[in-house]
Amino acid sequence: MSKGVLVDITRCVGCGSCEVACKMWNNLQYKQSVQDQGSGLDAENWTVVNRVETEKDNEPVWRFVKYQCLHCEEPACVSACFSKAIRKTKDGPVVYDVNLCVGCRYCMLVCPFNVPKYEWDKTFPQVRKCQMCADRVHAGESPACVGVCPAGALTYGERNNLLAMAKEKINGDSRYIKHVYGEKEAGGTSWLYISDIPFETLGFRTNITTTPLPHYTESILGLTPAVGLGWGALLTGMYVYNRRRNEINREEKKPGKK
Amino acid sequence: MAVSNRWRFTMTPTRYVLMVLGLVGVLLMVYRLVFGLGSSTNLNDEWPWGLWIGFDVLTGVALAGGGYSTALLVHIMGIKKFSPIARSAMLTSLIGYLLVMAGLFMDIGRWFNFWRPFVSWGYHSVLFEVFWCVSLYTMIQLLEFGEVATEKVQKRWHGFFKKIMPVLLIIGVLLPTLHQSSLGSLYVMEVGKLYPLWWSMLLPIFFLMSSFFVGPAMVTVETMLGARAHGHRPDLGVLQSLIKVSGYMMLVYLALKVGDLVYRGATGLVFTGNMEGNMFLLEMLIGVIIPIIICFTPKLRNSVGGLVTFGVLVVAGVIINRMNVVFTGMADFMGGAYFPSVIEWLVSIGLLAIGVLGYLFIVENFNVLPKHKHEHSHAPTPNVVVKGKKAVKYSA
Ligand code: SF4
Ligand code: SF4
Repeated sequence: MSKGVLVDITRCVGCGSCEVACKMWNNLQYKQSVQDQGSGLDAENWTVVNRVETEKDNEPVWRFVKYQCLHCEEPACVSACFSKAIRKTKDGPVVYDVNLCVGCRYCMLVCPFNVPKYEWDKTFPQVRKCQMCADRVHAGESPACVGVCPAGALTYGERNNLLAMAKEKINGDSRYIKHVYGEKEAGGTSWLYISDIPFETLGFRTNITTTPLPHYTESILGLTPAVGLGWGALLTGMYVYNRRRNEINREEKKPGKK
Repeated sequence: MAVSNRWRFTMTPTRYVLMVLGLVGVLLMVYRLVFGLGSSTNLNDEWPWGLWIGFDVLTGVALAGGGYSTALLVHIMGIKKFSPIARSAMLTSLIGYLLVMAGLFMDIGRWFNFWRPFVSWGYHSVLFEVFWCVSLYTMIQLLEFGEVATEKVQKRWHGFFKKIMPVLLIIGVLLPTLHQSSLGSLYVMEVGKLYPLWWSMLLPIFFLMSSFFVGPAMVTVETMLGARAHGHRPDLGVLQSLIKVSGYMMLVYLALKVGDLVYRGATGLVFTGNMEGNMFLLEMLIGVIIPIIICFTPKLRNSVGGLVTFGVLVVAGVIINRMNVVFTGMADFMGGAYFPSVIEWLVSIGLLAIGVLGYLFIVENFNVLPKHKHEHSHAPTPNVVVKGKKAVKYSA
């Protein structure tokens, strides 16, 4: 069964422990990068906690949004990769294998959540993003970030259970927005979010299609063999027909024949 | 056939300039391969695809479409009156694809891994189809050129190449049809990101159709340029009927475009006066509507000026279209900023220069252009101008 993480935005205090845990577990560099705009993810920042200043009931409030790869149920990046360098494991994490990667960066272009980043300063760069600590998850442990969260904002478990838990929470508490982000977005993601502030205010992309992205191209790619065969047969037919016709023409034009 | 055995390459000032540009391009390509994308391009996490993919690959493949459309018309549908331009169109296409491959190679981050998709099949990716088709088609085109090449070198192979031509030709029309459309499918995945004036489930069909109708336009431009350079008069009749093929295709394209916008309720976006709307209008006006008018007004179509304008506009229109899909239409979602670096420009220009030089070399040494010019080549005159005059007299 596929695992996931539920993020309760109302509980996050923005301490950044998860960022540090991620760096330590994945051996990432510490960089003094400013995270005022956009997601703030980059090759060395696989997860970020963005501070959002907004209003609730006419009072100014802060919210902290942990962001990372959402580990889609049917990931666009996996279906876009033409060398199978990205794949989704049975446990849920979407992982990257540098040995197969060609570096076309199509995965970066298709991700609806703008997640994969690139090592632009390297001669042979890698695509970098959260791997959901796949080896830990595989061993039955939670991802590094979840383990260190002191505020109880992150819950790790079966995606199905998390979804049920999330629904129970938002329906039983009037503060919450009645939407589990990640339930249907891009066909569903392993990471789920609940919040008391509308998701678009928090910088989430909310107009995402609920059809899994791979379905769009699958419907087209599925036509390829038929189109290829049909068109090939037609071309061959035309070619043979026209050659025959030309031969006949030539025969008739030959002197000595009437 | 009258192909002399000697190799010729007349150096002119233009060719010196092209050579310098080509050389600079090659040096910078080496630099890029050694130091990586980050130090040679302005690409970044917001803009992972830039000039090399957008122009060299996506636009390049479309413009190289002249080869398969001509092959279809001449060799498969057997329309003999177009045959004078067939070899030249197919040669340009071959060179175009070689440049595309070079551009692609420049753009991939881990270039030593370029062969991976041949063994690790990500077959659910559109890019996989593009990759296979483009590589195979380039090979097929090289083999097709074998028929021309063996008229001069390795002559004993000529019979063999002649024999396999039919198969090559059929595959050589089939493959481009598949990958021209898959280039459009690449952006179907950008649902909700690519501006609605361009995003459509019909993208593959639009890409396919435009790559087909830009073919005759490219051939027209090339023929006119070639005619000027070699001082002979182009066969206007052939070009006129050829662009009519484009014209009809463009009518259907226009109708489909409008229908698609109406169907998706995006018509309102056309006239909002924003960047996207204006670029879309520009693309349609320059690249489709004006050319259609030229094409179906006999007076315009029958004039040299009209033909040249048609060719240039359609080519420009397709370039603008591909740029709009890659840049204009994505800008809103991507944020950030991207403008190609000097190195990116110089590499692209260098590749083009090498392509032109290659074309000129082959045209001068092989039997590619319509025969009336080559009647003279077995008695080469050192003076190009004199040769040009003769040619005019001959064809007039
Ligand atoms: S969020 Fe993006 S990178 Fe992560 S699995 Fe989904 S498509 Fe892939
Ligand atoms: S950049 Fe690498 S991982 Fe991403 S799609 Fe291309 S080959 Fe696959």
